[in-house]
Amino acid sequence: MLNLHGYGVRLVEGALVTIELAAASLIIAVLLGLVTASAKLSKRRLPHLLATLYTTLIRGVPDLVLMMLFFFGGQMLMNDVSDWLYARFGLDLFINIDAFIAGVLTIGLIFGAYMGETFRGAIQAVDEGQLEAATACGMSQALIFRRIRFPLMMRHALPGLSNNWLVLLKTTALVSVIGLSDMVHVATQASKATLEPFTFMLFVGAIYLLLTSLSEWVFKRLTRKYNAGFAGEES
Amino acid sequence: MIDTLLSPFAIWLAERAIFTPDTLAVYWQGVETTLSLVSLSLLLGFLISLPLSLARGSRRGWLRRPVQAFTYVFRGTPLLVQLYLIYYGVVFIDDVQESWLWPLVKEPFLPALVAFTLNTVAYTTEIFHGAIANTPRGELEAARACGMSRPLMYRRIVFPSAFRRALPAYGNEVILTLHASAIASTVTLMDLTGAAQFVYSRFYAPFEAFIFAALIYLVITLTLLYALRRLEARFNPQLRGVRKQRRKIMAFGNAIPQKP
Repeated sequence: MLNLHGYGVRLVEGALVTIELAAASLIIAVLLGLVTASAKLSKRRLPHLLATLYTTLIRGVPDLVLMMLFFFGGQMLMNDVSDWLYARFGLDLFINIDAFIAGVLTIGLIFGAYMGETFRGAIQAVDEGQLEAATACGMSQALIFRRIRFPLMMRHALPGLSNNWLVLLKTTALVSVIGLSDMVHVATQASKATLEPFTFMLFVGAIYLLLTSLSEWVFKRLTRKYNAGFAGEES
Repeated sequence: MIDTLLSPFAIWLAERAIFTPDTLAVYWQGVETTLSLVSLSLLLGFLISLPLSLARGSRRGWLRRPVQAFTYVFRGTPLLVQLYLIYYGVVFIDDVQESWLWPLVKEPFLPALVAFTLNTVAYTTEIFHGAIANTPRGELEAARACGMSRPLMYRRIVFPSAFRRALPAYGNEVILTLHASAIASTVTLMDLTGAAQFVYSRFYAPFEAFIFAALIYLVITLTLLYALRRLEARFNPQLRGVRKQRRKIMAFGNAIPQKP
């Protein structure tokens, strides 16, 4: 009944690209988000200004435009660099941007801004007394972050984090436009070759639905975990 | 007269080879297309979401479940896939090529409008439903005690009160729809992103082409944000002056506790 015309394997490979891309971008986005959040909360002016500029610029411009800018612009920059290397040192080196890495960096950079906003609110929501108690116990700053601030912060960050992750997962579909063969890319090619867009697009849509549903389930479990000890309180 | 005044400007532009009046016209067309696509889909989305959000909160299963399924599917899949499905799929509807709809559907604008409207309806319905479900019980009781009929209660109490609560999330949805509209360029619509892509491929100048488009998007976004904040202030007169007061207090330390 479901005839994929031999594109089944490529679609599964594409789905794996989507998942890898989303997971790798998430890691970058979370790290960038933590840096951005601490820069925004910093008392010094320069980091605060830079972080505000970063989040405003990224959140004010469509993902697709940023992606095209970074991807096509990055390619050109690399060409210029290799031209310059050749002219200056006679090095014949052609640097080609790997589409996967470019996609990860771009999506990570975009969602770092959104994560930054989520984490900023969550860090502020942590009770000062907890941190004072940790300091009084003689914990180092790193230990305080790992044992006290991070677990307490996650409770407030999880709703935003879950939302950002779902948006990120769906944003990975855009990399098909800049030529990375994720599952949407495979599905577009297959639709054009077989003239059956419904079959392939519905199939890909169903996989996305599966992934988002699975994520929602995981986040529900995580919320329960980080809300332990806060029974009855609304998070 | 105007020509003589504008000529130095035109010469200045001509020296910057990319931004000739021709390409600026392409960008302007793109802005018009983007704005009409976004405003139409938001308007339609708003109107369709109102009844749907009521159905979404209905106690009757046959009314609630279809809406739930619709928002679940449309919020769980990428807009790009939805757009492709509608744009490439419409050709395969039986006899569509012979019908009066064909000239409209063949162009990318209408399929894009349908896809964006359906997508924003799904998100807006959930936002409105959440706001309506959170109506304070006392407001409903007071309305009933005044002897209001259900339609009157919804018109005078529930909708205004819910809209006030929904406004921040709905404003976010407006901005997201603007940004999502860039995706329309992938089905050859010449919106602002499409214009940037055209200029990029014509001059092979990615930085100029895309940064210019990004700046226009940024200006539209900031304008919308300003308008939304004004709207929020208008709908929440009780909060007037509070922000200023809060800032004053904040200057003397965190006197107001943060809400989790």
